[in-house]
Amino acid sequence: MSTSTKALNRLGWWDRVSPASKDPITGVTEAFLADTNPHKINLGVGAYRDDEGKPVVLQCVRNAEAKIAGCDFINVGRESNATAVGSKLVEESVKLAYGKDANVVKEGTLAGLQALSGTGACRLFAEFQRRFHPESPIYFPDPTWPNHPNIWRDAQVPVRTFQYYHPVSKGLNFAALMDDIKNAPDASFFLLHPCAHNPTGVDPTAEQWREISYQFKVKSHFPFFDVAYQGFASGDLDMDAQAIRIFLEDGHLIGCAQSFAKNMGLYGHRVGCLSVLCADAKQAVAVKSQLQQIARAMYSNPPIHGLLLVSTILSDPETKALWVKEVKVMANRIQQMRSTLRESLEKLASPLNWEHITKQVGMFCFSGLTADQVDRLVREFHIYLTRDGRMSMAGVTTSNVSYLANAIHEVTRYN
Amino acid sequence: MSHLIASLNDLDPLSKVLTGFDLFRHSALFINKRNNHSKLICNHRPSMTSTSTMLSLASASLTASLSVHENLKGRLKLGGGSLSFKKEKANPFINTKSFSRISMVAAIKVSRFEGVTMAPPDPILGVSEAFKADNDEKKLNLGVGAYRTEELQPYVLNVVKKAENLMVERGENKEYLPIEGLAAFNKVTAELLFGASNPVIKEQRVATVQGLSGTGSLRLAAALIERYFPGAKVLISSPTWGNHKNIFNDARVPWSEYRYYDPKTVGLDFDGMIADIKAAPEGSFVLLHGCAHNPTGIDPTPEQWEKIADVIQEKNHIPFFDVAYQGFASGSLDADAGSVRLFAARGMELLVAQSYSKNLGLYAERIGAINVVCTSADAATRVKSQLKRLARPMYSNPPIHGAKIVANVVGDPTLFNEWKAEMEMMAGRIKNVRQKLYDSLTAKDKSGKDWSFILEQIGMFSFTGLNKVQSDNMTNKWHVYMTKDGRISLAGLSLAKCEYLADAIIDSFHNVS
Repeated sequence: MSTSTKALNRLGWWDRVSPASKDPITGVTEAFLADTNPHKINLGVGAYRDDEGKPVVLQCVRNAEAKIAGCDFINVGRESNATAVGSKLVEESVKLAYGKDANVVKEGTLAGLQALSGTGACRLFAEFQRRFHPESPIYFPDPTWPNHPNIWRDAQVPVRTFQYYHPVSKGLNFAALMDDIKNAPDASFFLLHPCAHNPTGVDPTAEQWREISYQFKVKSHFPFFDVAYQGFASGDLDMDAQAIRIFLEDGHLIGCAQSFAKNMGLYGHRVGCLSVLCADAKQAVAVKSQLQQIARAMYSNPPIHGLLLVSTILSDPETKALWVKEVKVMANRIQQMRSTLRESLEKLASPLNWEHITKQVGMFCFSGLTADQVDRLVREFHIYLTRDGRMSMAGVTTSNVSYLANAIHEVTRYN
Repeated sequence: MSHLIASLNDLDPLSKVLTGFDLFRHSALFINKRNNHSKLICNHRPSMTSTSTMLSLASASLTASLSVHENLKGRLKLGGGSLSFKKEKANPFINTKSFSRISMVAAIKVSRFEGVTMAPPDPILGVSEAFKADNDEKKLNLGVGAYRTEELQPYVLNVVKKAENLMVERGENKEYLPIEGLAAFNKVTAELLFGASNPVIKEQRVATVQGLSGTGSLRLAAALIERYFPGAKVLISSPTWGNHKNIFNDARVPWSEYRYYDPKTVGLDFDGMIADIKAAPEGSFVLLHGCAHNPTGIDPTPEQWEKIADVIQEKNHIPFFDVAYQGFASGSLDADAGSVRLFAARGMELLVAQSYSKNLGLYAERIGAINVVCTSADAATRVKSQLKRLARPMYSNPPIHGAKIVANVVGDPTLFNEWKAEMEMMAGRIKNVRQKLYDSLTAKDKSGKDWSFILEQIGMFSFTGLNKVQSDNMTNKWHVYMTKDGRISLAGLSLAKCEYLADAIIDSFHNVS
């Protein structure tokens, strides 16, 4: 050992470290930022932009911010009331997901913990799953957000997929999905996107959700919902939680990761919530204690500023009402852009069918573009998106939609 | 489907399977209790292999948990043959339930997580919780290392308020930070630690990634060690901050302890420390507290630091600093970074975790950083990319608010100077409190015991030398809340309460064994 470590000493400890490949999503943003072309468009990361292509801080957030910034009263409470703030956040979050009149909310038979946005909530759950169901795999829809497998793998949970997207119809492959649910071993863990599926924008209908829920009962599967876009699918927060409510009605004890990154525009603040429904309040206490222990060894507790913002917004009826309006505005603008893009492509007499642009829901459009076509969009037109063809419609504006339509038409007209 | 019947004799392992059941309101569990034996009617799925064997019970909605069955330790006789289940080490987290209870909950929802036991309360945070529950007006919280004013109130630094107001005025957006964090923050934090003109900075040999305070930064480093130095051990001081072990355990990094605290002298067991570092396998990581050791308050002298560096170099170990109190130890940010700079000056590669929880009072904002000093800029780039890859599946990107505060305070000369003054004030208050406590103890204690360690120890904490029973006495009799290892947080002590505390310490020390 000693000669090789002496050699190591000359080269340094970190010589064995190879460069990590770029994250497929944030790598797009990095490339976009480095591009100096005036026509560039960023359709990469799922972050909302206004019609000028600018990031938006919601008015409800500004209001909440003004309340809590630099102010002695709130500040002094900040450190010692961190637990109280966290609890308030959980209380309000679960109402959003499950409905404020849901039994689980009223009776407190759930373990809830504030988390580092959706990623953090998923990671907490993945670690928890591993700890209490070691060797159980998790099933993801194919495709899913690329970070999902990273999260569960780093928690040492084996990953599997179930069929979801139908590349020909650019819609849901429901029959195959149901088959995979049936064929999976009983009591498997499944991750589901309750609305605005990322990356495809393809969501099951309410009827289809009911069938999925029923089959989950038959198979005793564990449903874990990743709720990253509540409000962005239909513009209505309750409507977007419909899948969750269906599962609740059917008596499933689910798990839920919620993110406030998109629907409250709090991306950088890392605010989210993990909840796990339990059989009774006692078990909820036990489960929460284990989740807290996992969090303690990772980062102790999440940053309070974001928690304060969210709980301030959600617990004040006026501010909350303002938020609900602002979510609708964001969802509407995206729906508008979807229509405009589709119309533009149809006007250009594109040989392809672009129905899916308006059928798909939420922030993303799974365009069906191939990796080569995407590369051309990047190279020739300075339009940035992930190579799976996923476009973040939030990056489309009335001033760039024609340019975008022309570019897409160019790269697809002869294929 | 063939039906297989299991008899209760062999069902003890099966009872563990039943803890994973998901029962639904309209389902029924077919169990007949007969002479303490029960029969379970099972449906055996035809397409199973032994490792994925499932038992599905008679009613369509009752099925056994795939993963729970893996915990079965026995053989289960089913029908003619026997199925053996993979043996698994007992999982310390799972609590198995008895069979008879299950029959009673047939009609009720049973959660997949039925076997989850209550986690033990965190020893440090648990103290604060107990303190809150105490109604005695004399109570004193010397548990968590969080700074309090003389009035025992939390303190928000003026520079922090100013920075926050500036940020609100500017109306900055809340977009995602890059995975590695706010660039402005990463720049100032590395400069604060090493000094802006330090060669490691000038040569771009430091990989700096914003982390979730000290804990999060340590966890990233632990994950890096686990991935790139599988099997390498981390040596931690005995004692050390309680969460260090949890972090390395959860990151699956093995650790062992080196001697540090000498209860006889209430000082540093330097020879023991050197011997243990020497004895460790070559290429171990040595976790060192940059200044203001937690929980003892005992720091090596500069000469001792040199010797520690010597033995680390000799054994090809890698130094791993936890810097949670830069500025709090002596009151000077530069002086407190002395140990780290000493090692860097020797050309050593090192890991350094930083936290702004205490020195900027940003506890709840979770702002810190992990720094890896490498021999080359190229290595630093590669290491940074791998730290990012570890962070992405943990939380994607770090929180923005605390990073902006630090960047604004440290990056602005006026605010920076104001911060230095506030830090001296905070560190000064603690030094005054130490003096007053020492004076009170010396005046009141007639036994001649030497209390000077209170003055020699440095930073927020003092290791009193009280054992667990004595510490319990402090709490039970005197309503003084502290951790069971005898650590008191002087940051939670006011001048006004020094005499009361001295009484409590003297009583616990002399009258309780």
